[in-house]
Amino acid sequence: MTDITIPDPVIEVEKFNFYYGDAQALFDLNLSFPKKQVTALIGPSGCGKSTFLRCFNRMNDLVDIARMDGNIRLHGTDIYSAGVDVIELRRRVGMVFQKSNPFPKSIYENVIYGLRIAGIKDKAVLDETVEKALHGAALWDEVKDRLSESALGLSGGQMQRLCIARAIAVNPEVILMDEPCSALDPKSTARVEDLITELREEFTILIVTHNMQQAARVSDYTAFLFEGELVEYDKTQDIFTNPKNKKTEDYITGRFG
Amino acid sequence: MDITNNKSESLWRKGEPWVWMTGASLALTLLITATLIVVVMVNGLGVFWPANLQQLQMKDGTRVMGEHIKQEPMPSGEGDRAQFKIGNREINGLDFRWINLPDVTETTEPKDAVAIEREEYGNFYGYLTGVRAPGLEGTEDQDVLDLFHQKKEVVENLEHRIEALADRIQVLSKQMQELRLEDQRLVYNGVKDEDPELLDVRRMHNALREDFTILLNQQDELRAEQARYRLLLEDANGIKIDLPLSHVVRLYQPNDMGTGSKMLFYGSKLIELFLGEPREANTEGGLFPAIFGTVMLIFLMSLVSFPMGVIAAVYLREYAKDGPVVRLVRIAVNNLAGIPSIVYGIFGLGFFVYGIGGTLDQIFYPERLPTPTMGTGGILWASLTLAILTVPVVIVSTDEALGAIPQGVREGSLALGSTKFQLLTRILLPMASPGIMTGLILSMARAAGEVAPLMITGVVKLAPSLPLDGEFPFLHLDRKFMHLGFHIYDIGFQSPNVEAAKPMVYVTTLLLVLIVLVMSSVAIHMRNKMKKKYSSGTF
Ligand SMILES: Nc1ncnc2c1ncn2[C@@H]1O[C@H](COP(=O)(O)OP(=O)(O)OP(=O)(O)O)[C@@H](O)[C@H]1O
Ligand SMILES: [Mg+2]
Repeated sequence: MTDITIPDPVIEVEKFNFYYGDAQALFDLNLSFPKKQVTALIGPSGCGKSTFLRCFNRMNDLVDIARMDGNIRLHGTDIYSAGVDVIELRRRVGMVFQKSNPFPKSIYENVIYGLRIAGIKDKAVLDETVEKALHGAALWDEVKDRLSESALGLSGGQMQRLCIARAIAVNPEVILMDEPCSALDPKSTARVEDLITELREEFTILIVTHNMQQAARVSDYTAFLFEGELVEYDKTQDIFTNPKNKKTEDYITGRFG
Repeated sequence: MDITNNKSESLWRKGEPWVWMTGASLALTLLITATLIVVVMVNGLGVFWPANLQQLQMKDGTRVMGEHIKQEPMPSGEGDRAQFKIGNREINGLDFRWINLPDVTETTEPKDAVAIEREEYGNFYGYLTGVRAPGLEGTEDQDVLDLFHQKKEVVENLEHRIEALADRIQVLSKQMQELRLEDQRLVYNGVKDEDPELLDVRRMHNALREDFTILLNQQDELRAEQARYRLLLEDANGIKIDLPLSHVVRLYQPNDMGTGSKMLFYGSKLIELFLGEPREANTEGGLFPAIFGTVMLIFLMSLVSFPMGVIAAVYLREYAKDGPVVRLVRIAVNNLAGIPSIVYGIFGLGFFVYGIGGTLDQIFYPERLPTPTMGTGGILWASLTLAILTVPVVIVSTDEALGAIPQGVREGSLALGSTKFQLLTRILLPMASPGIMTGLILSMARAAGEVAPLMITGVVKLAPSLPLDGEFPFLHLDRKFMHLGFHIYDIGFQSPNVEAAKPMVYVTTLLLVLIVLVMSSVAIHMRNKMKKKYSSGTF
């Protein structure tokens, strides 16, 4: 299980339980995520991957019936402790969703949305951020001439990369991705995968995926969740070549899930 | 298996009868609406066209002159009868007369017949025989029409001077009224008769009254001067009428007018309609105060109901915890739209007029009681009443528009570190704006059509002054106002001369429909612009 030591952890999870009302969704999770690495969360549908991911930026606060206990620490600070500013936390822990969700605004305004709500008005800073973020999301060349056009006119793959650009524009430390490629065609998927590999240089990335090849291609570490419990967590190479647990093996070889 | 089918069954399968039925019911609805619009348009637009004057020679030797209105077979079956507008109310008693056409021996359209719109007694139809005016002896050979136009100018100049005096008189009487109220207030507060302040007030009042009397005298003199200008008229039977020239609103010879001058005439009538004041118990003249009142009422109403409804819906959808209570509130709000408007009117009368208005009076104007200042109907109370009536519409449409925004967009914004308020103002409200606009359009349309609640909260058939004018503080929300909807009811059903008022009813209806149409088109145009901007295409 967590028989592996993570060298430079950004996020540490300790004895973490999560409930939707009376139904427990996550059971006693203990693990850490390494800095500037890609960690994949895999597991069959309904095992709690999204739930787990949404704990790191406290998106679960939006669910009235949600309850949790245990610790999640970001650089040693418990993000569920009383003094934590959720707004600030979400600026440091960005998120990319399964369905791309651009705002009905121009491409430019979409990218700088995070800066605008933080009160940044300096045009030079905004322009620079847009270019950098769009370069970072490998979208610049495609949209540089139509920054003022509506983001809703982009293709599905472009929209998803725009959402990634939007997330990295606020310069977070961690990026959470919940099945970012599930709605994309193979070509767009390949582009986003390349992008993830590049983003790894700067950001700590947690990615949920159903695609075993994708997990194997892009991630450094992989955690296998099953019915809310952590079954196995290891270097991706090891988990895919030499799974220690029978369930893990069955899952990654496609025998169930 | 055979997949070809026999014919009759395939007809049902294709659903053609269903298509016909739905199509037919749509067509029926459209037809009814179109008929209504056409009837109103045809009757309303034709009102101002100057009809020719016909002179009928009757078998009994008398003559009748008037505008042909309509014709129908006689109930007895012998030939036709026709309705004529014969005017000359002071001679004929009635403006309209049915004439059995078999009794008519000859019909002519004399070129020199004149029609006169007057300040009183409705139209005059007949002949202009002469003009009497100071210093006019010895000009009898001059053309009477030219003379009329000359002297009309003189009379109008006099009229302007009278009006200027009237303005000054009004200002004076306002000041005197204020001094009287001040006097009343001092006495109410227990000030003695010999108090210097009170004496001061009374002295000023007396001084003003002297000026006032002087102005009144001047006005009377001008009136007397004006009264010396007169028109000598004769009706078709040669009965003479002596009409003060100042009573003439318009004099024209319809039988001598070409299409061009008729069109000019039509245009001038339209201008009068939009910009003029009503005359003759509202059955003639312009509708400006009513148009103004209607538009301002709707505007004030939107100013209240729009923010109130949007804010309430935002709370309901974004802040309140979804549960049985919220669902109950939602159902209740939906049902509010079904309450008869008169109930809202009574509520407005009780709550706004007597409740709030009465309380304000007791606090701020106790010395004027029992004469109410705020505690009586006015445009503010009426628009607040309408706002309550229409706010459910705004709430429902805003609530639905917010509910239709995908959860993903909300999460996207929050995940970037926005506060809930930022999410609301930057994303949700802009995205919901087309839906909110729809609500506003519906509420405006509903408000424009309401008359019942207004009748007890401040509408009047003739308001002395507009709720917005050049007099400080410019906006007079306590004033009573006129309204097109009430105007229709008033002239159509309350006027002593219903037949004469009929054209005005059509015109007013047409105008009300037009105003609603214009306001909604503007709103719809804005909504479509917003839709283009925020359309959520590919979520
Ligand atoms: N808002 C919610 N309220 C109640 N139960 C929920 C809620 N969201 C998720 N659940 C339950 O929690 C469990 C885990 O759900 P979650 O969405 O985390 O699964 P997942 O691993 O992301 O699945 P998938 O791969 O299909 O996305 C499921 O049993 C689900 O029914
Ligand atoms: Mg999921």
